[in-house]
Amino acid sequence: MGNEALSAQDETAPPVDYRAVQESPEFQRLRSRHRRFVFPVLAVCLVWYFAYVLLAGYAHDFMSTPVFGSVNVAILLGLAQVVTTFAVTTWYVRYANRQLDPVAEQIRDEIESGATFAAEGVTR
Amino acid sequence: MLHLAASTTQAGEPWLNIAIFGAFVAITMIIVFRASRNNKTAADYYAAGRSFTGGQNGSAIAGDYLSAASFLGIVGAIAINGYDGFLYSIGFLVAWLVALLLVAELLRNTGRFTMADVLSFRLKQKPVRIAAATTTLVVCFFYLLAQMAGAGGLVSLLLGIGDQVGQAVVITVVGALMILYVLIGGMKGTTWVQIIKAVLLIAGAGVMTVWVLALNGFNFSNLLDNAVAAANNPEILNPGLKYGVSEVAKVDFLSLGLALVLGTAALPHVLMRFYTVPTAKEARKSVVWAIWLIGIFYVFTLVLGYGAAALVGADVIAAAPGGPNSAAPLLAFELGGPLLLGLISAIAFATILAVVAGLTITAAASFAHDIYASVVKKGKPEAGAEVKVARRTVIVIGIVAIIGGIGANGQNIAFLVALAFAVAASANLPTIVYSLFWKRFTTKGALWSMYGGLASAIILIIFSPVVSGSVTSMLKTEDIDFAIFPLSNPGIVSIPLAFFLGWLGTVLDKGTEDPAKQSEMEVRSLTGVGAEKAVDH
Repeated sequence: MGNEALSAQDETAPPVDYRAVQESPEFQRLRSRHRRFVFPVLAVCLVWYFAYVLLAGYAHDFMSTPVFGSVNVAILLGLAQVVTTFAVTTWYVRYANRQLDPVAEQIRDEIESGATFAAEGVTR
Repeated sequence: MLHLAASTTQAGEPWLNIAIFGAFVAITMIIVFRASRNNKTAADYYAAGRSFTGGQNGSAIAGDYLSAASFLGIVGAIAINGYDGFLYSIGFLVAWLVALLLVAELLRNTGRFTMADVLSFRLKQKPVRIAAATTTLVVCFFYLLAQMAGAGGLVSLLLGIGDQVGQAVVITVVGALMILYVLIGGMKGTTWVQIIKAVLLIAGAGVMTVWVLALNGFNFSNLLDNAVAAANNPEILNPGLKYGVSEVAKVDFLSLGLALVLGTAALPHVLMRFYTVPTAKEARKSVVWAIWLIGIFYVFTLVLGYGAAALVGADVIAAAPGGPNSAAPLLAFELGGPLLLGLISAIAFATILAVVAGLTITAAASFAHDIYASVVKKGKPEAGAEVKVARRTVIVIGIVAIIGGIGANGQNIAFLVALAFAVAASANLPTIVYSLFWKRFTTKGALWSMYGGLASAIILIIFSPVVSGSVTSMLKTEDIDFAIFPLSNPGIVSIPLAFFLGWLGTVLDKGTEDPAKQSEMEVRSLTGVGAEKAVDH
């Protein structure tokens, strides 16, 4: 391993052909499930956040509109940012627990048992 | 009981404040001693044996993140600038989604102790580690300065120490205590201090929030009306009081928003906390806990800020010795007299102490692990030498922080923290994202992005209105003016530039990196194969 600082714990484990793991359909499924969730969700969250920042900067009158009592659009949109942050967090955790963790665990077990993906020509 | 007026130089009873603070130090010191009995290896010292649960680590992250700037700074900013102060809270919170979705778990799976572990995984070890350690040390240094400067400002209010020498003594005491915590406790002791502090801070802010709401009949709209009446300015409920004054200020605000939201996931002391848990799943849980705690806390700050505006008044706050930073302590005094003031002040002190400890251990780990063990000793340090170097580094950083803190005393805390965020987002984030998600990324791209981002952020700050050109700048005079860059926040230029440099360096790099390392990194980051396990004791 090129990364000496990381190699200590690998001496007892069988060498793994990571290339083969990476190309395996299970891993490709895990990778695409991960990316298909995090990229679009994060993009939407950032767009929503910057829309809020731009409104605060450039739409002063709209943001100052009172909604009930003295509570105005700006305060409600700010609190809405907090709510969406909590909601996305909860959504991601559910998704990861159901869609990502089982696949990741299966691949990890296969690698650690040494049954598949062992590097060629190495027997232990 | 002392009565509070704009002319008093102190609030409450200094001896009561000192006694409560002393009790906190004594209790945490005992806990640190007990927690540190098992500190043997580098994994114990830097990563607390990876033995914390997600909930514990999440509380510690919240403790790390809710620094003096968050608590004192945001409450003060809302009390004086109204809604614009709340915009900080939102940026600081939404930023956690970047950390949760892109960074936390993948980093926990791939690295060991520091940010550089991940960045150098599939690139050339030596240059990338040196670059990552450099950016880590610079970001930690700015963040440390902010906290130490905060300690100096706070003390003038709480202990009635107004002169520069007295404040310097207090900064030295804070620095010395911090060195002691980190030397004895390592990451485990530091984490426990953060957890205790987070619980106290959130509970204290929660009690004050309910109290403020109760005084206004549990009607938030009433509170806003009272704040408007006290300030005699309805604009404090609307955005733009601070950042709406000109077109440049609006762009500046956008730039700040960008740095806040992208900076968190690149702060080295936050990243290092992900290594204190046993698995990626616990790292995810940590972030979820942190998001809930931080989010709830920031909603409290909205109430406390307007509460301070209504009950204390912006004029009194602005005239108090600590300026805007005194809003929360003054509100505590108004609500609960000297005892609550003493408690809230002790919590604010504890906040500074704990955050400084967390930053110090991150900087020390980066130097000892990335520079000493991995570059100087080529990954083969003698047994125990790395931790010994880390401990010595703690003392050096502590002394540098004390001297820098005395020098930075009186500077704007929120600015120094925002600066640390901008530098982190420019120097670290592009390389973290590219190295986790872009297969083709090379060493040249990483170096261009890290050094380019770091240099552009710092150069833009030097030529900004923050450093020269006005009486409110660092140089405190209008005579020297080299502020040719109009914005106070460099992020809007330096962050895209760093992303661009990372791409450009990579496409111009004729060589490619080892594809096997890329495969290994990707498999390990997503599955957790070969990740560092918890240490058994």
